[in-house]
Amino acid sequence: MSAVSTFLLRRRGGKGWHWTDVLAYVWLGLGLFLMFGPILWLALSSFKTPANLSEFPPTFLPLDTRMAAVSGYEKPLPLYRVKQDDGSERVLAQVRRVGLTAQLVDPADPQTIIRVPIDKRIPEREVRLATGNYTEPLQQFNFLRYFQNSIFVTVMATIITLIVNSMAAFALSKYEFKGRTAVLGIILATLMVPLSVIVVPLYLVVNELQLFDTLWGVILPTVATPTGVFLLRQYMLTIPDELIDAARMDKASEWQIYWRIVLPLAAPALAVLAIFSIMWRWNDFLWPLIVLSRKEQYTLQVGLNAFSGELNVQWHYVLAMTVISILPVAAIFLFLQRYITSGIANTGLK
Amino acid sequence: MSHLALRQVTKQFGSVKVLHGVDLDVRDGEFVVFVGPSGCGKSTLLRIIAGLEDASSGEIHLDDRQVNDVSAADRGLAMVFQSYALYPHMSVRQNLAFGLENSRMPKTEIEARVMEAARMLLIEPLLNRKPGQLSGGQRQRVAIGRAIVRRPGIFLLDEPLSNLDAELRVVMRAELAALHKRLAATMIYVTHDQTEAMTLADRIVVLRDGRVEQVGTPLELYNKPANRFVAGFIGSPRMNFIDASIARTERGSGLDIGGKHHAAWGLDLPHGSPVTLGVRPHEVDITEVEAGAMALEITLVEQLGAETVLHAKTTLGGAFTLTSPGQGRFLVGDRIGVALPPDLHIFDSEGQAVSRR
Repeated sequence: MSAVSTFLLRRRGGKGWHWTDVLAYVWLGLGLFLMFGPILWLALSSFKTPANLSEFPPTFLPLDTRMAAVSGYEKPLPLYRVKQDDGSERVLAQVRRVGLTAQLVDPADPQTIIRVPIDKRIPEREVRLATGNYTEPLQQFNFLRYFQNSIFVTVMATIITLIVNSMAAFALSKYEFKGRTAVLGIILATLMVPLSVIVVPLYLVVNELQLFDTLWGVILPTVATPTGVFLLRQYMLTIPDELIDAARMDKASEWQIYWRIVLPLAAPALAVLAIFSIMWRWNDFLWPLIVLSRKEQYTLQVGLNAFSGELNVQWHYVLAMTVISILPVAAIFLFLQRYITSGIANTGLK
Repeated sequence: MSHLALRQVTKQFGSVKVLHGVDLDVRDGEFVVFVGPSGCGKSTLLRIIAGLEDASSGEIHLDDRQVNDVSAADRGLAMVFQSYALYPHMSVRQNLAFGLENSRMPKTEIEARVMEAARMLLIEPLLNRKPGQLSGGQRQRVAIGRAIVRRPGIFLLDEPLSNLDAELRVVMRAELAALHKRLAATMIYVTHDQTEAMTLADRIVVLRDGRVEQVGTPLELYNKPANRFVAGFIGSPRMNFIDASIARTERGSGLDIGGKHHAAWGLDLPHGSPVTLGVRPHEVDITEVEAGAMALEITLVEQLGAETVLHAKTTLGGAFTLTSPGQGRFLVGDRIGVALPPDLHIFDSEGQAVSRR
């Protein structure tokens, strides 16, 4: 507890609070609110019932009408607070509603039905998590399958992206060959071509390769990214050539140089690319939507789309599944982000 | 142990020619030092021998086998790089073992060789550290160890001591010499430091602008430099050069140094031909101004304790350096005379040493 309080009450030093301390906390607080507020809002909303979601003004916490088991009635009945004519309030259970009148009973006296106009009663509410938002899609809509598909696509695409791009980057950074700059130029030029331009030819290629409606059809067209090649090449340029010469003198084959020297030394750049690739593939929507047609092949993002019909969007499911879909990316970012800044390539020299 | 022969090796980068036909033989167990100013092609020559660069023309023979088309990995040589080039992500042990693993040596043999090298270089306690955790001298040892474990035919060392501080450099120099003796290995060593060359080498190869200027033992180079460049490069402080001309009189040949006659015999050049005299700083004797062959004015006095280095200018305006044993009492501005030694180095107008009959 004291560790937490010292952490939260850190100052820049000296006695008392300096105005810059206050400014720093205000600024950080604002940042926290802007960054974390929407996430918190999403997480809380994902536990709301559809009725609660559509309320205006919206509630912050997920609220639901309290239910009570009343003898003589099969199902639990919702509780309402009713203002009586004499000004006192009673908590009654509603049996049914007929037009503008609600029929209520006192849970203590279930035989007597009390008729109350609906504007005279206020729902008795409590904080309750609508966990059904999570369990129902997972059970009824096969969301677990979508989840698996997304993981498969992301993991395979990222592994292949790292291998293919690092090999290209190795060649472009460490080998002298004719047309090297031209090749790099062409690769970088493709950066400027947006997906929407090549969607149709890409679709035709995927179709011809019998990859339509398969997960490999989602994975393969995306693995060679110019961004990745460029990022890795720039990093590999900083690996000293003498290391590669030393490995050559040490009888290492070109493959061993790549696998045992260059790849480990490019780890920080690989981590960055891995994070990018995971985020791209996990959040990818348009291309999987085009390639995948059977429900069993859907990825999470395409599956989420299925909740928004033409007339009706099942927001409670969309929100809950969105929370699930952002969890893995957040976790991965948490674990890999420390690699982004740490560079180990130059420690063995001079 | 291997021997090496280079035959008319040239190297061109684009239109720039950095090596102009180098011929060289390196014998078994010999310690050969390539020395020369930066940009003279010595490192390029070493990389060509290593197989890291291709020669543009010429032949490289290793143990009587032409190896021009043999890759660096298969030449069986080991190289120590100027930056050490240790693999930063591997421990010292892995650094040493990497080359052996690549040649598919059994694990026990690798371990034995690594331990042997570590013992020899006193780096046993460091085996599990990463290069980043080592000091400069320790990294240097690991880099040498990486070459030793391979038991190469020839050790190639590319300015291995240039990143160390002066004190450590002297220590490592002595260790390298001891190591050479102990391993009885052929070593080729590149440096721009003539002191390293003089102290380590069995034979020195002096290079300039991609050409071999002279090959010989350190003392051969010191005593009989083939040309003005070698004379100026080898020896510290540098040799002094004085412009003079041949003066033939009825008494025989001699030299005209700034109007003064200096006896010198056995010169075949015609009267009046310009020559350059080479005088090592410690070969001159200090005399009275009038008695000497030349008069000097002292511009700087460096007291080193055991000797005194005097920087002076000649009456003709040229710079002249001389050393005087002990702690002489000289002041800046003093005028002194110097007597030249009888066996002057004499170079013709082309800079080549003039032989005497």
